Amino acid sequence: MLPPYAETLGLYADPEDAENCRLIMPFEDGVLGRPGFLHGGAISGLMEMAAIVALRHALADDGGGRIKPINVTVDFMRGGRDKLTYSRGIVTRLGNRVANVEATAWQDDPAKPIAAARMNYLVVRS
Amino acid sequence: MTTPPAFVFDPERFLKNGAGGHGRHLGLAYHAHGPNWLEMALPYDTRLIGDPDSGVIASGPILSMMDMAASMSVWLKLDNFRPHATLDLRVDYLRPATPGQTVFGRGECYRITRSIAFVRGQAHDGDPGDPLAHVAGTFMAPEGYF
Repeated sequence: MLPPYAETLGLYADPEDAENCRLIMPFEDGVLGRPGFLHGGAISGLMEMAAIVALRHALADDGGGRIKPINVTVDFMRGGRDKLTYSRGIVTRLGNRVANVEATAWQDDPAKPIAAARMNYLVVRS
Repeated sequence: MTTPPAFVFDPERFLKNGAGGHGRHLGLAYHAHGPNWLEMALPYDTRLIGDPDSGVIASGPILSMMDMAASMSVWLKLDNFRPHATLDLRVDYLRPATPGQTVFGRGECYRITRSIAFVRGQAHDGDPGDPLAHVAGTFMAPEGYF
């Protein structure tokens, strides 16, 4: 279940992803930055949501809990064009109190990301 | 012979309707500016909620606001417009934004080199002395700032 902000960005889970961890963002007016290109904030929002989805899955398999963002570092590599944008998060470490998550966003080729993010989350175990 | 007036970047005019697109969609608005800084406002909106249990807005809209405020602070310091792109942006989320409160974000450009501009910023929800986020980032002008 995605939060209202994800709906505001138009995000949905990729039905072709078996693990249900890949998100898609359609190119709409609401995510537009300079004419013809995605807004960097919308790409970042997509990656943060993908990171949270991945972390929720990992945490649910591990007993559950709540997550709070500590920080995010985003690298922008290419402009996002008028097409679908994909993102998936990868939990690189799920500790007792802190989780390290990476996410990338791409359009045509996952090997050629348009942006990448590293995020740290505080984990409150239930 | 008179030279044409130099271009003056007017952020208030630029941000009418939140600059359109994503900014308007989030409800971002102009708030204030100075010679090298710009402050924007993000009114509370249930569409921005990231944590339905608490009603706290997601971190993404704050990052969007800081990216825009920082970007425009470069043009203010430059006193000119040059196309540029965000190279990287780091946001430290010091505490959650209070549900119901407008979030204000200030971006400040403190250094511009030929092709890179360095920015920093803060966001708060009413008390600048109790910030909720700190930001550091860089922008790049492919054709140079000067």
